[in-house]
Amino acid sequence: MLSDRFRAKNENSRKVFLVTFLPPTIWLILFLFAPVLIIVVYSFSQKVGLINIEVNWVMDNYWRAADPLYLKIFAKSFYIAGTTTFLCLVISFPVVLAITKIRQNWKLIILVLLMLPFWINLLIRTYALIAVLRTRGFLNSGFEWIAAHLGLRFEPVQFLYNDTAIIIGLVYIHLPFMILPIYAGLEGFDETLKQAAEDLGSSSMQVYRHIVFPLIRPSVFAGCMLVFIPALGSYLTPELLGGTDGQLIANVIERQFKHANDWPFGAALSMVLIYVTCGVIAVWLLVAKRKKS
Amino acid sequence: MSAPLISLQGLSKSFQGNDAVKFVDLTVDKGEFYGILGPSGCGKTTLLKMIAGLEEPSAGRVIIDGLDMSPVPANRRPVNTVFQSYAIFPHMSLEDNISYGLKLKGIGSGELKKRVLDMLDVVDLKGLERRWPDQLSGGQLQRVALARALIMQPKVVLLDEPLAALDAKLRETMKYELVKIQKEIGITFIMVTHDQQEALSMMDKIAVMNEGRIQQVDQPNLLYEKPKNLFVANFIGSANCLMGRVAKVEKGRTHVMLADLNQEIIAFSCENFKVSDRVQVIIRPEKLTFQDIELPSNHEKTINRVSGKLLEIIYHGGVSTFRVGFKNKNLKPLIVSQLNDDQQTKDGYRIGSHVEVCWRLDAATLVPVI
Repeated sequence: MLSDRFRAKNENSRKVFLVTFLPPTIWLILFLFAPVLIIVVYSFSQKVGLINIEVNWVMDNYWRAADPLYLKIFAKSFYIAGTTTFLCLVISFPVVLAITKIRQNWKLIILVLLMLPFWINLLIRTYALIAVLRTRGFLNSGFEWIAAHLGLRFEPVQFLYNDTAIIIGLVYIHLPFMILPIYAGLEGFDETLKQAAEDLGSSSMQVYRHIVFPLIRPSVFAGCMLVFIPALGSYLTPELLGGTDGQLIANVIERQFKHANDWPFGAALSMVLIYVTCGVIAVWLLVAKRKKS
Repeated sequence: MSAPLISLQGLSKSFQGNDAVKFVDLTVDKGEFYGILGPSGCGKTTLLKMIAGLEEPSAGRVIIDGLDMSPVPANRRPVNTVFQSYAIFPHMSLEDNISYGLKLKGIGSGELKKRVLDMLDVVDLKGLERRWPDQLSGGQLQRVALARALIMQPKVVLLDEPLAALDAKLRETMKYELVKIQKEIGITFIMVTHDQQEALSMMDKIAVMNEGRIQQVDQPNLLYEKPKNLFVANFIGSANCLMGRVAKVEKGRTHVMLADLNQEIIAFSCENFKVSDRVQVIIRPEKLTFQDIELPSNHEKTINRVSGKLLEIIYHGGVSTFRVGFKNKNLKPLIVSQLNDDQQTKDGYRIGSHVEVCWRLDAATLVPVI
């Protein structure tokens, strides 16, 4: 119907249509739909020999993915992504409130500082984090220095190579993705709504509970999605900061494609991850909608 | 005379060294529809916010019903505000908006329901309680904002330019509606406005404000008839203003020499002027006429008369305004306003002709020049 309307107009607008809509369409088909389709097809295939893959539409890979071993890793991935999201949310709120309160010219500087880590490669940032957290790292040295001055004995703390390290890394990387949407939501907030609530007898906590939080819920939701989804599929951080059992689902998938050379099974695990992610978002949206009405 | 409900004592507010409100003293009696009138940026909204507790005064006190409000935060003052932008909570239904304050007070659902229904009746929104704010018109939102404040049964309702966001026709209706509701409920209203017509037609008492200071506090008619200074005279309605010096003072009559016109006029004045005081003679356009109505009673003069040239006639429908210029071109022309029911005013004057402008001695107000 849309194209009908365009065709009804002159030839010129048709060209405009082609020029503006064709490139993104081709882009999407080539780099999103086609790869996903290939993965879908692979996930129903079977490995034959060392390098050949036979497309024979079997569910075997999915049954294998339902093994408790992999379900556990899925659950752990969700747990770590969820904890990361929650921590980002808890840390972001005071930060955002502080940013909205400071003077205008400082706001810009703080926001630029928040964006600054994006200019540095993720790998380098992660190694920097290792330098901070390792047994002889900056954090432990700092503690040791303080302890020495207080005349206490200090045993270096093992921060790295466990789940906590993964969470610290993920929170550090994803914090700006939570702060920026919430900031956007709070910055344009109508002050008079707060004043009206206060005028009607709300304490400042109640103003936030009854007025501010419900109204910026979409921004918070966007922030949670921007943190949760990448955290769920994170690969580098658990690989570098996690312990021997610190495998998340992305690492398992990577291993299937590379070391195990089992593309069909890796494809099935990828598809399960996509389905589950979509499912979680759908449930989340439904709950949010139910709450509003 | 009982103690005033609200009194402001030396209330001041400065923002980064700029004085927005300077030493305001005001008293508002119970049940009054009190107006604070002034041009935008005169500090009237700041004054209102200080009464509400939403703005901290730099100096001075707000006393409500005998209690100093300085230590009382906004959420515990017996005051509710109708905001200029209405500030209706967009995520709550109309009913939830109106009952928000009562719920915080912990009023039970039975009484809550009843009071909301009563209030909907008062503001004429019955049957809309399940609506959402984005389904309401500007006028309806205005009523919701009013209901939300009134239902709290505060000692004072503060209204910040409540009609400014409405279109002209709706504003006219809401004007009378507000006055009706205020008289019905009997709660004291303090309303801030920049619209002098609004102020004159709605309020019991008006405080005119300019540059952070109160210029005059009076009933609407006195404000119009007896302005205390040139700002009030010009801000409320339009005014003709002639500069002069007091030449002679005798039993309520003050003779003023108009230097620019080289002519003496007489005005009644209750203020005590001294000879050679500089004064401004303020005359409302409708008090000027072209007719000679000298009463031949005793030998005293009963009208003032100046002569000039008719520059322009502007037809407004019910009335026409005439601009009369003087020989001295630097002087501002006089504005004369006449009803159009008179055949003579329609036909009798031609632009460029010589006219005599007259006014009765009691029509002018003398204002000291500081």
